[in-house]
Amino acid sequence: MKSSAEDTGKLLDYAGLDAKTLHDPDAAHVIIHENQVLGSNAVPGLHIEAVSLKDGVKASIRVEKGKVIEKPVHLCFGVVPKTGTQRIIMEAFMEENSRASILAHCVFPFAEDVRHLMEGTIQIAKGAWYSYYERHIHSPQGGIKVYPKASVTVDEGGTFMTEFELLKGRVGLIDIDYEVTCGKDAVMEMIARINGTGDDVIKIQETGHLLGENARGVLRSKIAVRDDARAEIYNKMTASAPYARGHVDCKEIVQDRAKAMAVPVVEVNHPRAHITHEAAIGSVDSKQLETLLARGLTEDEAVELIIQGMLG
Amino acid sequence: MSILQIRDLELRLSGRPILDGLTMDFMENRVHAVVGPNGAGKSTLAQTIMGLSGYREISGDILFQGESIRELEPDERARKGITLAWQEPARFEGLRIRDFIGASVREKEKAGNLVSDALKKVGMEPSIYLDRAVDRTLSGGERKKVELASILAMKPKVAILDEPDSGIDIDSLENIFEAVKLLRQGGTTVLLITHSMAVLQQAEHAFLLCCGKVQDEGPTKKIGDYFGKKCLPCNHKNLPEANGDGR
Repeated sequence: MKSSAEDTGKLLDYAGLDAKTLHDPDAAHVIIHENQVLGSNAVPGLHIEAVSLKDGVKASIRVEKGKVIEKPVHLCFGVVPKTGTQRIIMEAFMEENSRASILAHCVFPFAEDVRHLMEGTIQIAKGAWYSYYERHIHSPQGGIKVYPKASVTVDEGGTFMTEFELLKGRVGLIDIDYEVTCGKDAVMEMIARINGTGDDVIKIQETGHLLGENARGVLRSKIAVRDDARAEIYNKMTASAPYARGHVDCKEIVQDRAKAMAVPVVEVNHPRAHITHEAAIGSVDSKQLETLLARGLTEDEAVELIIQGMLG
Repeated sequence: MSILQIRDLELRLSGRPILDGLTMDFMENRVHAVVGPNGAGKSTLAQTIMGLSGYREISGDILFQGESIRELEPDERARKGITLAWQEPARFEGLRIRDFIGASVREKEKAGNLVSDALKKVGMEPSIYLDRAVDRTLSGGERKKVELASILAMKPKVAILDEPDSGIDIDSLENIFEAVKLLRQGGTTVLLITHSMAVLQQAEHAFLLCCGKVQDEGPTKKIGDYFGKKCLPCNHKNLPEANGDGR
């Protein structure tokens, strides 16, 4: 596979990455189109390696002990042609007391038959802080299948925050499978915000294990499904140490012929641990809807505004 | 001139007449109050005028600018110029105040300025509030003011404000009253649904509602005197005890 300059331009345009960002020597980035690494920039304390595979790229990111990466690290993945497969094997290692924030732009703007597989292994050492914000931009055709999978370990006092957003274009099929293990005083938060239409299929399986004393975790899913879309959310949180605290929250708005299911599992294995969960699944709230109707919005406009607010 | 006319309006809920042959005229560009004790039918009247779900099976008619609106959906009524502020405003998770109020503005290119102006008019600083969500992080009073700001931005012909002082502190009440004045100055007819004497005094004309019927109407002072001194002890028949059904 060889990317054309035109494909590269489209990839960056849809990702919202401008020349200023890409030419900023203090801002790290990696640009990957299909199985090609089109460009990368590392900054002091941050090491990036990326190697082409037959069907994707193997990339690793390491932040040195005590290093704070001031500017967000931009990762841009994508497939511009209508068909293709991209497999990303990602390893991230945050050494002790390091800190980095990743902005991942996943761009498939014309997908008709595209598969994107992400296999991540993330290690967050003692006192380190790692946030991973993943924003997807898909084609309006829905011809894409996305399989993000990650295994995350957060050591004592470490923090892992991730947010997955898929609001532009059709979902196609998405099957998220994340598992996070937290040690003593570690913190994790996983948020997914996805808007499904047509015959989109959304599957989320997120698991958090609060193994250390005073570990804290939140799993939060905000999903809207319309038309014939389906959503299945399996969120599991376990707490197995004193003062471990967790919360599982799932909100799903269901319109038209869409179907949604939420299966929260909370498991407490220590008498001084505590987990709560809440789920709200159904049509848009009638009072919200009537309020906006009374301002002159049509029902479709009102539903759209309510959903965009919830997903926002 | 009458902008909104209620003609022999009846609404039954669970077989009980909640609105029982109401005939009312709301004059253009005036502030009217509809007062009465709890259960008199005031909020039901507001929701029936707006045409909300559950309040559509009526007999009689509702005329707006001389034309029947009884078959119109709530959004169609709103686009004609009728709107309603709820006693307990809705919460919208994640929806920013700028987008909530902006949705009320028909001239979208002017939305930015109108939204900020509307917030200022209800005593809320735009730089603090524009990007906050209309959710549980706002107090009840703040949500009331945000809702009123959305109505100011909408510039309706008829604004029905259901219990506008509910959950409002004394300082904020002045903001609410000021907004009522601004609505009137802008040409809006205001219907204040209330059992509060302070709110009633903002009106120029009032209806006294009880048992789903108009018991009296006239200048605010006349209705206020009666409502304040004689009406409140009334054991009106909408109360469960009076019906003897214990519900």
